Amino acid sequence: MDKIIKNLAIGLVALIILAPLGLLAVGETFGEWGPEEVKEKLGFVPPGLEQLSSLWSAPMPDYALPEQGDSMSTAAMTYILSAVIGVIVCGGLLYFIGKKVAKD
Amino acid sequence: MHIPDGYLGPYTYIALWIIMIPIWYYAGRKLSTELKSRQVPLLALAAAFSFVIMMFNVPIPGGSTGHAVGAAIIGIVLGPWAAVIAISVALVLQALMFGDGGITAIAANCFNMAVVMPFVAYYVYKLISAGTDVASSRRVIAAAIAGYISLAIAAAVTGFEFGIQPMLHHTAEGVPLYMPYSLGVTVPAMVLEHVFGFSILEALITALIFAYIQRTDTTLLYGEKSATQKMKKKNTSTA
Repeated sequence: MDKIIKNLAIGLVALIILAPLGLLAVGETFGEWGPEEVKEKLGFVPPGLEQLSSLWSAPMPDYALPEQGDSMSTAAMTYILSAVIGVIVCGGLLYFIGKKVAKD
Repeated sequence: MHIPDGYLGPYTYIALWIIMIPIWYYAGRKLSTELKSRQVPLLALAAAFSFVIMMFNVPIPGGSTGHAVGAAIIGIVLGPWAAVIAISVALVLQALMFGDGGITAIAANCFNMAVVMPFVAYYVYKLISAGTDVASSRRVIAAAIAGYISLAIAAAVTGFEFGIQPMLHHTAEGVPLYMPYSLGVTVPAMVLEHVFGFSILEALITALIFAYIQRTDTTLLYGEKSATQKMKKKNTSTA
């Protein structure tokens, strides 16, 4: 049992290190365009979309620091940092909650 | 597949919040009554894994990019209700901290990726592996198909939510207020890029992790009894 968890955790660490590969995929994602991209496509931005799209400013938008520039190595580092934050927060939260509620 | 703010109008996103609140509540209740200590590290790993795997954007022909979700294997291994919690936590963090998926759309994104996906995956897996031994290779294939179908269906549901927006919300002149494309565009766009791309990746990941767990400790799989439990059952039935 413990060996499985250990091996899966090792796999997860490998995924974190390899995460910047996800940055290599350039292109758009259907339905995830920013308001500017929508404007390019349609010639206008639907008013509700424009209004709601600026509702929230995330601290690390697109898994990067705001204003971090175009350097690929900075992007790779902040991408890994994002993955580490994600793993610690998600894993930590569920481990904590799980320990509190688990039986036997 | 992370719907940003501004693509769904209030009818849709509020409806999905209303749907999701009792689902989260029930999933939380289920988790607190059924979770066993030995599953806790696996649950924590599942949420972390789902978070990271969604960062692996892959390109597909046609210039689009997307990712697997990891929801199928989590649904199969931990059960669909535990998967709801694990993947929802990852999606909420992605929305709040990294702006991946909108705030208003948190419930929608959780419905598509943390509910539809693990449930479809779990039941497809159950259906195909019915009557087979837990160690059989048919179960690996069942897991792969479950991964493939569950992501394709989640994509179709997302496409549906997108596509009803022009009908629900437009100005008197017919100008769309939110997602401008209708069902005829959104559903094929979402489904095609998944069935020819990201679903294949989800299938591979699901099969790979399933095969690993199957070969090492099948008692970790949701719904499978441990060796001692099996022994007890045998003893009582022969007694």
